[in-house]
Amino acid sequence: MREFVIALASGTLFGGGLAISGMMDPSRVRGFLDIFGAWDPTLAFVMGGAVLVMVVAWAVQRGLAKPYFASNFKLPDTQRIDRKLIGGAVLFGVGWGLAGLCPGPALGALIIEPISAGIFVASMAAGMTLYRLFTA
Amino acid sequence: MMLPGFPYAMPVEGFVGGLLIGLAAALMLLGSGRIAGISGIAARAMMLSKSGATIPAAWLFVVGLLLGALVVHVTVAPIATEFPPSTWMLIAGGLIVGFGTRLGSGCTSGHGVCGMARLSPRSLIATATLIASGTATVAIANVIGWGW
Repeated sequence: MREFVIALASGTLFGGGLAISGMMDPSRVRGFLDIFGAWDPTLAFVMGGAVLVMVVAWAVQRGLAKPYFASNFKLPDTQRIDRKLIGGAVLFGVGWGLAGLCPGPALGALIIEPISAGIFVASMAAGMTLYRLFTA
Repeated sequence: MMLPGFPYAMPVEGFVGGLLIGLAAALMLLGSGRIAGISGIAARAMMLSKSGATIPAAWLFVVGLLLGALVVHVTVAPIATEFPPSTWMLIAGGLIVGFGTRLGSGCTSGHGVCGMARLSPRSLIATATLIASGTATVAIANVIGWGW
């Protein structure tokens, strides 16, 4: 039950943050990547604010034996920097630059621009499914 | 507040929104012990990922993303959006982003926010790579007429 409350609260804060910060506007995200054009640095401020809070959160986490409302931490422990990581990030950047959208803003924007965001989200789901089929 | 030289930038709104995003990720980390990586949560919601939050929790997070956007849209200010002009860009972009996030184990939230703050070498390299790749893509798109 507590897991469900946290998931909904965290998602809502996340969606609200994306909306306030202007990151649900694909042209603004694209503007951040357009460094040779009319560069829009807003995304750097968003990332800065989010990372700032998370640096504190990680410091708190290091002092905890377990999370406040769950039995144990389930965190990625992979250290390997391999072709999958780099290849995935390169591909992600291509799609991100082309459409100005990444998963969070695309999902949140479903409520305000259901058709455009829906086309992107459905395609993203298809891309994730393709990956699953290739690696199954 | 305006940023000199960048008339369209929203540094204050961006930073405040970023703090909220950080709080969202902190709540997930310290409350449930998990990374708030949206691509992973989305894949989990669609049962395309073997590990992660329970499936109902993944769905609730996604519902929250829409709910948070709606609350801001209604109470703070209408969310201005400009989407790509061509449907093929949405389709191609979505396909590539979906495949890429799974291959690279994360996106702007998991690697960019959570992993960078943790100083995870994997996430630092992934984030630098995806920004470099996105920047190169926009530059090339502008040259070949796919800019918008």
